[in-house]
This record gives sequence, C-alpha cells and structure tokens, in this order.
Amino acid sequence: MTELIRYTAAETAAAVAKGEVSAVEVAQAHLDRIGAVDKKVNAFLHVDTEGALSAARAVDEKRAKGEELGPLAGVPLALKDVFTTKGVPTTCGSKILEGWIPPYDATLTTRLKDAGVVILGKTNMDEFAMGSSTENSAYGPTGNPWDLSRIPGGSGGGSAAALAAFEAPLAIGTDTGGSIRQPGAVTGTVGVKPTYGSVSRYGLVAFSSSLDQGGPCARTVLDAALLHEAIAGHDPLDSTSIDAPVPAVVEAAKLRDVRGMRIGVVKEFSGEGYQAGVMQRFDESVELLRELGAEVVEVSCPSFTLALPAYYLIAPSEASSNLARFDAMRYGLRVGDDGSRSAEEVTALTREAGFGPEVKRRIILGTYALSSGYYDAYYGSAQKVRTLISRDFDAAFAGVDVLVSPTTPTTAFPIGERADDPMAMYLADLCTIPSNLAGNAAMSLPVGLAPEDNLPVGLQIIAPAMADDRLYRVGGAVEAALNDKWGHTLLEEAPAL
Amino acid sequence: MSVKNLVSYEDALASFDPVMGLEVHVELGTKTKMFCGCSTELGAEPNSQVCPTCLGLPGSLPVVNAIGVESAVKIGLALNCEIAEWCRFARKNYFYPDMPKNFQTSQYDEPIAFNGYLDVQLEDGSTFRVEIERAHMEEDTGKSSHVGGATGRIHGATHSLLDYNRAGIPLIEIVTKPIEGAGERAPEVARAYVAELREVIRSLGVSEARMDKGQMRCDVNLSLRPNGTETFGTRSETKNVNSLRSVERAARFEIQRHATVLTDGGTIVQETRHFHEEDGSTTAGRIKDNAEDYRYFPEPDLVPIAPARAWVEELRAALPELPRVRRARLQAEWGLTDKDMQSVLNAGAVEPIQETIAAGAPADQARKWWMGELARRANETGTELAEQPITPAQVARVAALVAEGKLNDKLARQVIEAVLAGEGEPDAVVEQRGLAVVSDDSALGAAVDQAIAENEAIAAKIRDGKVAAVGALVGAVMKTTRGQADAARVKDLILEKLGVSA
Amino acid sequence: MPGITREEVAHLARLSRLELQAEELDHFAEQLDVIIGAVARVSEVAGQDVPPTSHPLPLTNVMRADEVRPSLTPDQALAGAPAAEEQRFRVPQILGED
Ligand SMILES: [Mg+2]
Ligand SMILES: [Zn+2]
Repeated sequence: MTELIRYTAAETAAAVAKGEVSAVEVAQAHLDRIGAVDKKVNAFLHVDTEGALSAARAVDEKRAKGEELGPLAGVPLALKDVFTTKGVPTTCGSKILEGWIPPYDATLTTRLKDAGVVILGKTNMDEFAMGSSTENSAYGPTGNPWDLSRIPGGSGGGSAAALAAFEAPLAIGTDTGGSIRQPGAVTGTVGVKPTYGSVSRYGLVAFSSSLDQGGPCARTVLDAALLHEAIAGHDPLDSTSIDAPVPAVVEAAKLRDVRGMRIGVVKEFSGEGYQAGVMQRFDESVELLRELGAEVVEVSCPSFTLALPAYYLIAPSEASSNLARFDAMRYGLRVGDDGSRSAEEVTALTREAGFGPEVKRRIILGTYALSSGYYDAYYGSAQKVRTLISRDFDAAFAGVDVLVSPTTPTTAFPIGERADDPMAMYLADLCTIPSNLAGNAAMSLPVGLAPEDNLPVGLQIIAPAMADDRLYRVGGAVEAALNDKWGHTLLEEAPAL
Repeated sequence: MSVKNLVSYEDALASFDPVMGLEVHVELGTKTKMFCGCSTELGAEPNSQVCPTCLGLPGSLPVVNAIGVESAVKIGLALNCEIAEWCRFARKNYFYPDMPKNFQTSQYDEPIAFNGYLDVQLEDGSTFRVEIERAHMEEDTGKSSHVGGATGRIHGATHSLLDYNRAGIPLIEIVTKPIEGAGERAPEVARAYVAELREVIRSLGVSEARMDKGQMRCDVNLSLRPNGTETFGTRSETKNVNSLRSVERAARFEIQRHATVLTDGGTIVQETRHFHEEDGSTTAGRIKDNAEDYRYFPEPDLVPIAPARAWVEELRAALPELPRVRRARLQAEWGLTDKDMQSVLNAGAVEPIQETIAAGAPADQARKWWMGELARRANETGTELAEQPITPAQVARVAALVAEGKLNDKLARQVIEAVLAGEGEPDAVVEQRGLAVVSDDSALGAAVDQAIAENEAIAAKIRDGKVAAVGALVGAVMKTTRGQADAARVKDLILEKLGVSA
Repeated sequence: MPGITREEVAHLARLSRLELQAEELDHFAEQLDVIIGAVARVSEVAGQDVPPTSHPLPLTNVMRADEVRPSLTPDQALAGAPAAEEQRFRVPQILGED
C-alpha cells in the first residue's frame, strides 16, 4: 500500500472511481506517511485525521451509491494554514492566532470539500505568508525533503514539502510575491499562481490584498491543472473575483505540444546573483523548448528592476492595515490583561508577543510607507512602478505567448543562512514578484538539479491574465519531454526520508 | 469653563466672526449592512447580527451594498452635488476596539458626491445657502458599554462590553464647506441646516434620519476670527451633537467659549469636544495632535465605483419633490403666510397636515387640529407631533363629523382625546360616549325655554336689541345639555323665540 | 540617501500598536534603514506622468443586492473571544475619548 502515496492525483482519482482502492485506504496511507515522516519534515501544523477519514468515507459512500464522482474525489490534499476551515484550527503560522477555530470555511475550502477532495490538514508557512523560507513560522521551520537542513522555500514551504515528502499528492498555496512558485522550484514540485481574481480570496487570511492569490501545488502539471479547475471560478463573496469562465487548463495540460508558440526569455532575469547551475538548467530548458518546436526570442522588461522595491512597499503597506485586526479584542491571543491595563496597552503587548520579527518589520515598514509626508514618495511611486511593469508585460505579450525565466536565482539555501538578513531573503522572489504586481498568471515546474548542489531548479513560465491555459500547455510539454529524457520523474531522485 | 463665566453672546459677536463646518453622519435605512448581508434591524440581541465580514474575522471580505451606493447618489443629487464618474473606497487606519478591522472602510480623496449646496430657510423667512464639500460612503462602528464606572461613562470604567450589531451599517457622511457670513445667526443656520438636511434625507426615503435613535449625528466645527479679518481661527470639533436644539446650543456655546478664551489673550486648542445636554456646555476631549495619521490608501478588497451617467440621470429624474420646493407649494395651496408656514414647520406638522388633507379634510381644519390641540400635547409630552397616537385619517374623520354637524368643536376635542387615549376610531368614540350633537329642535326647545325663564333679565336685553347678549343664554343651554347641543342651532332657536332676527 | 531614525521607528511602532523592546527597536531601526534605503529607488518614477495602479484588475461596480443573508449565531461570534460577558465581547478599559 505504500505505493499509494506515490500515485499522482489523477491516478488516485481514477483508482478510487474504479473501486481499485477506497478513498479511506488512500487517506489512511497518507496519514500513515505523515505519521512516519512529518516529525522530520514539519510540513503540517495540524493533521485533521478525523475530518480526512470522514471526507474519504463520504466519497466511498457516494461511489457505493453509484453517484458520479468528480475528477479529484478521494484525493488527499494539504491545505496551507492561511485558508479558514470551519471547526479546524487556522493559525497562519502565527502565535497570535494559536488556537483560533474559524466559524466559517473559505470559499476555496468549500470548493475542495464539494469536489470530494480529502483535506489531510493544514500546512506550515511563514507567519502570515511573509517570507521565502518558512523559517518565519511561529511553529518551527519546515525542512526541504531533498535536504532537511535546507529551506523548502516560502511562504508555502509546508505545502511544497508535503508534496515532495509524499505526504500528499496535492496541496494549496498562496502566492503574494512568489510563495507558491519559489517553494515549488526549490522542492522539485509544480506550483501555479493563477491570474489574480480567478481563485476566490474569501477566507484567505490577507497578507497583501491586491497581490494575494491562492493556487494549486502538485507533483505533476496535469494534477495542478485538475486542482486549478476545482478551485478557480467566480465568487460573489470576493469583489475582486473575475466573473468569466476559467481557461481550459486541464485540456491544455494534456496537449503536450508547443509547436508554433512564441516564447520570450526575459533578459533582466539573469546575471549577477544567479547561481550557475540554475542558469545552466534554465538555458537547457530554453533549448528544449526550441527543440520542441517553439520559437524563442529575447525580450526586455526594463522596469522589472524596480519590481522588488515596489513590492516591498505595496505588500507591507497593505499588510500593516490587514493585520491591524489582530488586537486581542475579538479572537486570538490576549496578553497582559490583568485588570489594570487599558485595551490599548493590552493590544500593544499582545501584538508584541504574538507577532514574529519579520511581521513586525513589515508592519512598521508599511506604516511608514503610508504615513502622511511619505505616501507619495513611497506608496504612490510604487503604484506607478506597478503600472510600468504592467506596460512592460503588455509590450512583451504583444510579441510572445509566454515569458520564461528561472523561478529563483538560487537553489534551496541552508536554514538559518538568511534568517536575519531581510534584504538577502527578499532576493529569493526577484523573478516571481512582477507577475504579482501585474496580476497575471505564472507557473514554476522542475527542470532538473543544479550540478553543483544536486538541488532542484525551477523554470518559471508567465502568461497574460486569463491565459492560464498557456502555462499548462508549455509546462505539460516540458515536463513530458524531461520525464522521457530522464526515464522517471525528478522527485524519484529525492533521497528517502 | 461654565456657562456663567463666558463673555455674553452679543459681546462675542461684537468682536468676532464665527466660521462653522458641519459634519453629519446619516445611517442609511438599507435592509443589510454596507459590506455584508447582515440585517440592520434595530433592537436585536447583542452580537446576533454579525458575520465574519462585519466582525473583521481573518479572511473575510467586503462586498458593496448596491442600495447603499444608490442612496449615496440620491443624497448627492438632492444636495445639488456633482456625482463622481469614478471613485474608490479607502481605508482609514486607526485602532479602536469598536472598529473590528481597526480601519474604517470609507472614502478619502474620491468621494462619490462633491461640490453641492443646500438652501435653508431661517425663521425670518430668509434663505441661507450652505455649501456642501462632499458626501461620502462609509460604515458605522460597534457599540461599547462601559462597566464599573459612573453611569456607563468610559472614565473610571473597569472594562467594556462590545456589541458589533451596528458595525458595518452604511453611513453617509455629509461635510459642509466652511460656513461664513452667518454672523450672529450662525447657531440658527446650523440648526436650520441640520433640520433641512433631515427633511431631504427623509423625503428621499433613504433613512428615517431619527436623531434620537442615532440615525443622524452631527459634529459642529467652529472657529472665530476677529471681525473684518479673513484668516480662519483654530477650530474646535464638538462631536455627536444629537438633537436640533443641541446643535444650536453647541454652536452658541462654542462661540462664547472661543470669544472668552481669545478675549483673555488665550489660544484655542484644536481638539474634539463633548457636548453636555444638561447645561449646554462643551468639555475638552482628545487633543488632535499630529500623531493622528490615518494612513488612508485605496481599499484593495473593493473595486472602484463608476456610476454610469445614464443611471445617475435616471435617479435625478426620479428624485422626489424636495422639501423646500414642496413647502412652498403647500404654503400656497394652504394659503398660509410665511409666519404661519414657519410655525407649521417648527411644529413638524407639514406631513401630518398634508396627510390629513389627503384623507379628505379641508386645509384649515387639518391645520387647526394639528397646530392646536395636538401640537400642544406634543409640546407638553416632549414628543414628536407625527408620533402622537392618532392618525391623519382619524383627524380627518373628526373634521368630517364637525362639518356634518354631528360634532361641535368642544365635542370634537373630546373625541380626539379619547382617540389619543386609545379608545378607538372617532365614530366608535362618538357612539360609546354618546357625544353626538343634539340638534333636534324639540329636545332643544325645552332647554331653550328653561334658559329664557331662568334668565329673564338677559332675555329682556335681547328683546331690546342687544343681540350680543345671546351668548349667555346659549351658554346656559349648553350647560344643561352638557355641551352636546349644536350651538349655532341653539342661538337661532333663542332668537326665534324672543322674536329677534339675527 | 533616505533613512530612518530610531525615534521614527519608535513612533511607527506606537502607531501600529507594537510594544517593542529596546533592543528590538535598535535592531529594527538598523534593518529598516537598510531596507528603506533600498526600496526608496521607486521614487525614481515619482516625477513621471504615469497613473498609479491600485488594483491589478480593471473591474468596477461590483455590488450585491440588498438582501439579508444569515449571520453567525452569537455563540459562534463569541466562540473565539478572549473574554465575553452578557453576550458581548469583554475588553479591558478603553482610554481616549471622554
Ligand atoms: Mg467619517
Ligand atoms: Zn455581517
């Protein structure tokens, strides 16, 4: 039965649908795997054994009654602990929400449940999704299954690690500046940031509202597409939700043909700071795309060099406001309420005790950027940069169907290496941030190991807004060609845990 | 500073010129809150009308109430404002326990309505134009009750209890431009403006705008400058002045207080102040220093509002007749002088009178009852005229009974009292109390004969031509019939019997 | 080069209700000075005539009908409260007004 944990989501769903295996057996196999390895990996903050088994039983009962099952029915999933789950703790990796049990489900949670997906539990993350290493979790860092002394990326390191450790075939992440794609890249998994507005943010605890986007994490491009289709689509509870049909991503993932596509290589994403092995695998991927029949051109997006500074003004600004609600009055932690202190003092003491250093840094930075006297120079300018970046993308997409770049400048770095050097940490998201600022769609998929450290390298594919299907078309073709070449998937090279 | 130590109002105005700014918050009468589907019904048990959104739970998101926006546009149009072609919500960031997200979703530099005016009528019949800066959409806060201190005050309380049923109820904040040139009439202008604004809001049907229920709340900003100068002085902001009378008193007090401080060579501190109903004074609240920094930025969870021009024009075309226009029309229809119309207005009698007329009563009768008997009663009980326990239809029925000769004025008053006392419809009261006018000549004849017999001296005077003395005999007849006789008929009968022609 | 002082950081911490410890304040002031120095590059575009982007999507007029939806029950609303009394959220004494 251990092999069950190596099934793809598509294979699992097919096996459950055919009755070759029950959803309960699948769930149990994954719960057992979590029990066996998660002490080392620390991908999960909360394992919902009861909830998972009862969801699996419901799928089995449905099947027994002859009812039709959806394409992901009975497939286990690891949910980033930033989506609310009714009756199941939601902490966002923060002490300030320790023990909070939401009275409502996020729209995404509801959609997963409706699809018969079996939610195994909630995964570790950088506190409130602020970070690129999952070291900022109040509940300890997550290890990268390729090398447990290294970071699994962040903020969604728990979700990516759960996939790479075969604790779940599917996971959900959120991507504000790269928090799905960068963990995907450094763990050898697939991660997609859908077009902003295509996956509901209702019930996604906000970090930066105009950038946050939930999305699928998986071990294969097709699995990611299946999950994408299950969670995307209009939600009247989210005013920024797009009321239009979801692009046909599953169909695109199965196409495996890039002949005739025009692909742009972003010139700005190379040079100093990029690891040689990362660039080597990237260059090979570009060559592969050519071999597969795509036309590759170089494009320039000059304002991308301002993306990182703009991001580190916009995201903290919105965060400083979004996180103001954690004030010890209505839910969550309360510190210092001894009867003598005022509400104001209790709020300040609770926030001091409940937030970690990165969250505090960003709250202060955001408060600064929005202050009168600084607003125009900082927040205002950052919003102009945002316009310029969108214009660069528009100009590029006028000539190409998708853009490609490395997902991250380097492979997974050792835990602790950048922990107290925010600027070094921020560089991990250099290539991913422009898509968040512009709101378009992007994917990371594994394209090999860097020769110097034998750690996974990710290829980033970027498509225009609402053309998410192009990601899957290109990603599916590259994945198939590489698996052919290697004779197996990349994750099979990962060391045993 | 108590009322007694102040420079007199007249002395204050002799040296200084007041400049006012009025900020009025109106709670809309929508069924649901501004950004969620929770009910806005008043009087529900605590925290029973809250959801993840209005409780500010992590992950929740707002969605704009379409009727909230429509109401804002209607108010803007009624206040002669321009309606923004494109505007956004903004977050106003500050911490306060009654505000679940610790930011208020409001509008900042892009209000939905701006640059308007409202003409208000003063008691002398003249019109004063109050310029409107803006009207914008925002949300209300929760309600806190303070425990352990004196009489529920925040000061000295050991802790507070929060109910978020009110949190998220739609508010429209209407801000005037600085009101200059009102001089000594500034307090009157303030009151008249708030009163007129309330009428406008009600006529639009977007809110009941009841100040006593907190549906309409006014902040009075006031500064003085030496007469003949241009530059504004430092202002004080008197918060939550919640009746028309208080608005006038607060403005008056602040004029005197500022004048007192300035005359003594002191300086006015920019601060919020609290108004006290008991003596009409204000006391200092928070000092507005520069630490107050709301860090406004466009609300990323909501998309911009771009009211289509065609829709705005549709709303404009469908606006009801505005109160001032309507009042002018009614005054003409009812044939009232400016002064009479003003007292009708002051009594809050426009609606009742109009509805009574609509129910069939002649204008003079409708006005007579509402402005007489009923206005007096409202005054005595300190209640609003429109809230007396009698309907315009009932008043109209009483008027009809009088016109039919079935009641005289005295009996009619008794009927109205009985209706107010809950004895039922006018006809039922007449029936049950046996209040019908006695105009049957045979029944009256005996009473008339008796009155003449008992008052021979007066009868003689009348026979001699002093017809005016007939009143005394009529009075006697009325007394014996316990007021139920038709006085006019009695008079005729007496004169007839005494052989005098009227 | 723009930068930020320890006093400014202390003021910002007060505005954002963070009771920072002294060492923390020193450390943050140092780090934020570096970060702000780096992000200040965005002001290169301050003078350019470019409209700001506040929302990544060109959506407008997203509204809902004024129809009542079920609320939470008071028990659900108060379930996460650090303290409750009389079906209300109990909070420490509030300073400021009055
Ligand atoms: Mg306001
Ligand atoms: Zn609500």
